[in-house]
Amino acid sequence: MPDARYKALYVSAALMLAACRFPAVQAGDPPTAQDFTEIERGRYLTTVADCVACHTDPDDGRPFAGGRPIETPFGTVVSANITPDRETGIGTWTGRQFDQAVRQGKRADGKRLYPAMPYVYYTKMSEVDVRAIRAYLGTLPPVHHEVETNRLPFPFNIRWGMRLWNALYFDSSPFKSDPSRSSSWNRGAYLVQGPGHCGSCHTPKGILGGDKVKRALQGYSLQGWFAPDITADSRRGLGQWSLEDISQFLKNGHNRYAGAAGPMAEEVMHSSSKMTDADLTAIAQYLQDMPGHSTARQPLAAGDPRMKAGGAIYQDLCAACHHQDGSGVPFLIPNLRAAASVEAQPTSVLRVIIRGTRTVGTQNEPTAPAMPGFGWQLKDEQIANVTTYIRNSWGNAVPSVGADDVRKAREELQARSE
Amino acid sequence: MARKLPHKDVVIVGLGWTGSIAAYELADAGLDVVAIERGPWRDTATDYAPNFAQDELRYRIRHELFLRPDQTTFTFRNKMSDTALPIRTWGAFMPPNGVGGGGVHWNGETWRFLPSDFVLRTHLIQRYGARFLPQDMTIQDWGVTYEELEAHYDRFEYLCGISGTAGNLQGRIQPGGNPFEGPRSRPYPNPAQQQPFSHALFAKAAQELGYKPFPQPSGNMSKAYRNPLGVRLGPCTYCGFCEWFGCANYSKSSPQTTILPVLVRKPNFQARDNSEVTRINTDPDGKRATGVTFVDTRGEEWEQPADLVILAAYTIFNVQLLLLSGIGAPYDPIANRGVIGRNFTHQTISDVTSFFDKSRFVFNPFIASGAIGMCIDEFNGDNFDHGPHGFVGGGYMGQVQTNGRPIETTPVPPGTPRWGAKWKQAVRDNYLSALKPGTGVHGSMYSYRDVYVDLDPVYRDRLNRPLLRITMDFHDNELKQNLFLTDKFAEIFRAMGAQQVVKEYRKAPYDITKYQTTHLCGGAVMGEDPRTSALNRYLQSWDVPNLFVLGASAFPQNAGYNPTGTVAALAYWSLEAIRNRYLKEPGPLVHA
Repeated sequence: MPDARYKALYVSAALMLAACRFPAVQAGDPPTAQDFTEIERGRYLTTVADCVACHTDPDDGRPFAGGRPIETPFGTVVSANITPDRETGIGTWTGRQFDQAVRQGKRADGKRLYPAMPYVYYTKMSEVDVRAIRAYLGTLPPVHHEVETNRLPFPFNIRWGMRLWNALYFDSSPFKSDPSRSSSWNRGAYLVQGPGHCGSCHTPKGILGGDKVKRALQGYSLQGWFAPDITADSRRGLGQWSLEDISQFLKNGHNRYAGAAGPMAEEVMHSSSKMTDADLTAIAQYLQDMPGHSTARQPLAAGDPRMKAGGAIYQDLCAACHHQDGSGVPFLIPNLRAAASVEAQPTSVLRVIIRGTRTVGTQNEPTAPAMPGFGWQLKDEQIANVTTYIRNSWGNAVPSVGADDVRKAREELQARSE
Repeated sequence: MARKLPHKDVVIVGLGWTGSIAAYELADAGLDVVAIERGPWRDTATDYAPNFAQDELRYRIRHELFLRPDQTTFTFRNKMSDTALPIRTWGAFMPPNGVGGGGVHWNGETWRFLPSDFVLRTHLIQRYGARFLPQDMTIQDWGVTYEELEAHYDRFEYLCGISGTAGNLQGRIQPGGNPFEGPRSRPYPNPAQQQPFSHALFAKAAQELGYKPFPQPSGNMSKAYRNPLGVRLGPCTYCGFCEWFGCANYSKSSPQTTILPVLVRKPNFQARDNSEVTRINTDPDGKRATGVTFVDTRGEEWEQPADLVILAAYTIFNVQLLLLSGIGAPYDPIANRGVIGRNFTHQTISDVTSFFDKSRFVFNPFIASGAIGMCIDEFNGDNFDHGPHGFVGGGYMGQVQTNGRPIETTPVPPGTPRWGAKWKQAVRDNYLSALKPGTGVHGSMYSYRDVYVDLDPVYRDRLNRPLLRITMDFHDNELKQNLFLTDKFAEIFRAMGAQQVVKEYRKAPYDITKYQTTHLCGGAVMGEDPRTSALNRYLQSWDVPNLFVLGASAFPQNAGYNPTGTVAALAYWSLEAIRNRYLKEPGPLVHA
C-alpha cells in the first residue's frame, strides 16, 4: 500500500526522527486529540510494535483491553489493559510514566515489568515514537477491564527480582544508527531492534531469558515453535531469499519458499502485513546484513536405515504436495530445501508433522493453505525417520531426530490447546 | 414458533458453487450477505487431507461426502401410473451436502454447451421441421444465447484455472481443440493436462477414424495457478481419487480452492452451516419473498428476514423448496399447465469396457484425474445430420477413465464368476490392460411431458414435509441416441486394438439404483414465457421478483455435456443482471 498517505507518513516520520535530536519535545505533556499527525504516526507505530497481539485477549476480543496470557519459560504473564480507561487502563498515566513503562520496563507505580513486555527492544525506540504511540492509544475507546497481570510461580512472582535481571540483561542504551549505511538500512535496523522487537522470538536466550546478543536473530524455541534463524546465513537463515522474498513474506505471509504459521502468522496478520513497502524493504535490507553462524556439516548417508525408512514415508505421505525433491509449490506448499525452519531445532517441523498447521491468509495471498496432522497416523519412530530424512536431503544437513524426541514433542503438544 | 434473526440484505440457500459465486458477487457489491448451508463446513486439510482422502470404501462406497437419506430423501417412480417409493440409499445420482456442495466431489469436467443448445427448439424445427420431434417432447429455448453467456463461461474458467485446449478462438478453429465449440474470447487459463497412455491411444485411434479428438476441459490443474481473486491452486498429481472425493492437494477447482478463502475475509459475509432451510417466506399476497425459515441441528427453528433471496441448492431441493413455499404454479402433466416441476431431465450415459492383450498393453489405469481424457464431439448436439437416424440430441464420447481404484475398477470379461479364485485371476489378468471409461458416452436427455417432479402425496421427511417425487423414464429418442453413440464409441476401442469390446447400452426403464451422473436438471426452468418457465432469462422468479433460483434446475433440457460450466456461467449472468440492474431498481427484470 505505497499510497500517498503512507509516503507522507514516512516523510513525517523521518522529519520527526531528525527533530528528536533536539530536546524540543517534553515527554511529560500528553498530546491532545487534535494532534492528527502524531496520532496517525502513533497508529502506525502501534501496528509495527504489534501491541494489539499481546494486549488483546482472543477470547475477550476487545482490542488493547489486555488479559491475554503470555507464555514464558518461567510461567504465565497476563497482558495489561492499555486502553485509556482511568481505573483499569492507562488513562491516568502521564506521558513520562508511559515512556518509562515502554522503554524502561517500569510501571506507573514504580514496580518492574516482566520482559514478556518487550521493553528490552522498545528501549531502542525514540522518545517521540513512544509519545506518538501514547497519543494514539489515548484516542481509543476506554475499556473497563481489570487484569491480574502476574500469575508467575514463586520465586519469579517477586517483581523486585527484575532489578537484578535488568542489571544482567537490560541494555538501555539508545538506538545507534550507522552513518556508513543507507538511511533505509538504518530504518530497517531501527524497526528490527526497536518497535519490531524481532529478537524477542528470534534471538537465542540464556537460562534466565536474557538475549544472547552476540547471536542476535539466530533462532530460538518458544511457545512450542522454533522461531528460525532470520540472519543472512545461507543454510540456517534467509541467505537464499532475495530482498523481495523477505519483504513479500512479511507483507503477504507467503513467498516462493515458505508460508507463515504459528506466532509468525499472527505477526503477519496484525503487524507486518500493514507496514509500508518502504519499511518492509528496509527490514529486509538490514536482515540481509545480519551475520549467521552455520558450520559445514555432512548429511546422513542416503543408505542409513533411518534415511531409507524416512524416505519411504516421505514418498508415500509428503511427496504429493512437497514434491519428490522437496521443492513444494511456490506460495502454496513450502519448499523444504535448505529452509530455515528445517535447518534448525526440530521443534516446528515435529509440531507441524504431528499436529498440522494453517498458514496465514492475507489480502494479497488469501489462500491460507494448511497441512494436516500426521500424528494420529505415524508412530514416534516413523515421524523421527521422516523428519531425519527431510533434515538430511536436498542439501539439508542437521542432526537426526530420534523417537524419544518425537515422544517429548507429543507430550509438550498435548499440553497445548492450539 | 421460529425465532427471528436480524435482517440481512441477502440470504442465500446453499453454499456450493452457485451459492459461493452469488455470495462473493453480492458481498463484493457491498451487501450484507448470509449463506445458509444444510451440511457442515468443509476444508481441505481438515476434511479431506492427503493422509485419508484416498479412501475408496469411505468416500465412494459409503458416500461420506453426500447427504444422508435419514435427513431427507425423495421418492421415485418410472411412470405416472406407478406408485413412487422413498429412496433409502443413493444410486443414480449423489445429492451433495455441505459447504462447497457438488464442487467438492465433482470431477472437474468443465464444458460449454453448444450455441445451438441454447436455442434448441428453434434450431431443430428450423433444420428438421416440427414433425421430426417426438410429440410429447417439451424442449424449449433457454431465453439466453451462447453469445450472451460467453463472458460468463470465461469468468468461471479463469476463476477455476481450467486446463484445456481451445478449439475455436474468436471464430478461428484451433488445432488440437474441439472444432465444434462456440467461439471463445481467449484460450483456457491453463494448458491441457497430460494424457496417460490409454487416453492418448484413444485419441490416436479416433484421429485415424477421421475424428478430431481433443483433451477434456479439466478443473484439475495442469500446473500451479493463481486465480483472479488471488487464490492459489497446486498442480494435479494424477492420483485418481477425484470424483466422489475432495481433492487433498489443492489441485481441483472447488469453492474451497477458488472463492471461499476470499469470501470468508469479507466482514459483510456470514455462513451458517448445519442449518436446513425449510421454506422461503413470502408476504401474504405471495408477490414478495420476506426471507427464509431454517432449522438447526438442535431442531430449533429460525427465521432469517432478507430483501433478496437466492436459491442455490441442488436441482431437486431447489424445486422442492419452491413447491413447499407455494411459489409458482406446480406443474400438472395431465393438464400440461403449471411450471414448477416441469422439464425435469438427467443424462443419457453408457459405457464400453474393452480388453486388450496384456502382453502388449499396460495402461496403468490408476494414473488419472477426474477430468482427464481425450474426447470427440462429432456426435454431440446437432453437430451431425440427425435426418437419417430418427432421433435428436447426442453427446461427447471419450476415454475419460478417472481411476483404477481397487473396489470399483476391476473390469473382467463377461462370463467371469462374480467371486472366488477365478474372479481374482481374471482381475489380475486384466487390471492393467482393460479399459473402463465410466461415463464414456455422455449423451443429452431432452425433456418430456411425463418426466417431472412434484410433492409426494404419501411420504414425508423428519420435519413432516412432503418428499419430492421424481417421475422419470427413458424415452425412445434417448434410447436410439444411445444405441447410435455407443456403437460409434465401441468402434474406436476396436481401432485401438482391443481384443474384446463389451457395450453397455443405456436401457429403459430408468434405473434409480445404478449410478449414472449427478447431473439432474430442470424443474424450475428459465425461459421467455411465464406459462412454460418458472424463471425469466435472468433466473429471476416470474412470480416473486426478489427471488432468484440458480443451478441446473433452470435448464429447460440437458445437453450432451457435464453441466457445471453452464451452471456457473448462468449464475454469473444472473448476478451481473442483479448487480447492474436489479439492485438499482428492484423489480422484475423482464416484463412478460
